[in-house]
Amino acid sequence: MAKPERLPWGMSVQTKETKMELELKNLYDDFRDADTIKAYAKIIKKDAKKLENPINIMEVCGGHTHTIMKYGLPQLLPSNIKFIHGPGCPVCIMPKERIDHAYVLSMLQDVILVTLGDMIKVPGSNGSLQDARSKGADVRFVYSPLECLKIAKENPTKKIIFFAIGFETTTPMTAALLDAVIKQNIKNIFFHINHVTVPEVMRELIDSRDIHVDSYNNKIDAFLGPSHVSVISGSKIYEEFPRDYKRPVVVSGFEPVDVMQAISMIVKQFIEGRCSLEVEYKRLVTYDGNVKAQELVNKYFEKTDLFKWRGLGNIPKSGLKLKPEFKEYDAEIIYKDVLPLGEIEDHKLCICGDILRGMASPPECTIFGTACKPTSPIGSCMVSSEGACAAYYKYGNLV
Amino acid sequence: MCLSIPSKVVKIDKENEIATVDTMGVQRDASLSLMSEENINIGDYVLLHIGFVMNKIDETEALESLALYKEIIEAMNEEDRRLAILEAEKVNGEAREAALGHECSNQGD
Repeated sequence: MAKPERLPWGMSVQTKETKMELELKNLYDDFRDADTIKAYAKIIKKDAKKLENPINIMEVCGGHTHTIMKYGLPQLLPSNIKFIHGPGCPVCIMPKERIDHAYVLSMLQDVILVTLGDMIKVPGSNGSLQDARSKGADVRFVYSPLECLKIAKENPTKKIIFFAIGFETTTPMTAALLDAVIKQNIKNIFFHINHVTVPEVMRELIDSRDIHVDSYNNKIDAFLGPSHVSVISGSKIYEEFPRDYKRPVVVSGFEPVDVMQAISMIVKQFIEGRCSLEVEYKRLVTYDGNVKAQELVNKYFEKTDLFKWRGLGNIPKSGLKLKPEFKEYDAEIIYKDVLPLGEIEDHKLCICGDILRGMASPPECTIFGTACKPTSPIGSCMVSSEGACAAYYKYGNLV
Repeated sequence: MCLSIPSKVVKIDKENEIATVDTMGVQRDASLSLMSEENINIGDYVLLHIGFVMNKIDETEALESLALYKEIIEAMNEEDRRLAILEAEKVNGEAREAALGHECSNQGD
């Protein structure tokens, strides 16, 4: 934006611009603006008086859980609107079996295990990757998967295994790395794939796979749709929820103003008797999403039959794996003889499964804040700052 | 995990599919391999995630949201003023009635 011209005696002259120009700081500050949050709180309060029944809104994504707790949004909402904190934290839902895979691979002599920083603390049955590193394993935590290319070049005698994690947001980046590996004919990068998908777990949370829909007795009335999953996949992936399950979905950005606006949109759907898919995060989410990224994912990945989610168990078709034609890059196939196979039960006292289904809240758990803390997490929801229990612990929002 | 940061494109290296982006004063490189080539220009706002540009920010939509927020803040302020006036009138009215009642009872003496 052009600066207003300053005259010597201190008067300023209006520039010709009448239309506001967007600056980078607007994209940060204006979507965290306290007055806008308060204005939405008033609108929601007014509208919520017209609600016939209380509504429970599940924010699917851990990024939203974090925003909601950080900005204390539950305190700004009337008592008939509640949040249920969903399973959208790929680190939290990573089962111990998969962490154990990473641990075992990292302990191999000629292997450098590379993963994103989020995985550092996540405990497996032998310990976390941080523990493996303290025992001498070469584990590298990177900001971007592309750093594997550099590590591979610098260590030509080593095998680089990228332990890939994340939802639809992060899968295209793993696909882009594999694409680069193939194009550059690099022979020492391999993949252990743990990518998971959002619609399958949303469906699982409403529908129990047997004939009784809602047999989990879940209390989810509406969904706050994930931000950056939707940037990649488009809002189209949620169409079935209003249509087949009668749950409205509003795709929301990650900033607190985004969340308040999306809540207001959900409340309006209820008082107007509508049930539809809407997008609040229009500055980034389209119906079709990032098609190029989707094509790259579809080129290299296919669905797994089952993926086990920590706290929720096996969910059909909820994970991804490399297509058979790329098996020479698949660490799970190459190292199948050394990878442990057994199933590991979740901790008996942990109620993360119930929390993720909206049947309990973190403070109701007997080990919350005592045996289970962010420094020594027992259950999935305490593992990352995006998990419900960790967010409650950190921000003390014991509402 | 899925958090991403808005940034501004300051340089594009088409051959290597790399954009240099500015995030509130910090510059870094990001891969453009998830974007269609013709889609990104210098000066665009983009969303950055683990070393990749994942999409362009639609400025018109962003500005429309900001204009809407301005409107609702004004509408809520207006409503607060209206409620404050109503409240004041109610208080005044009660005071008047009380005063009138007092006069009436005086007259009744």
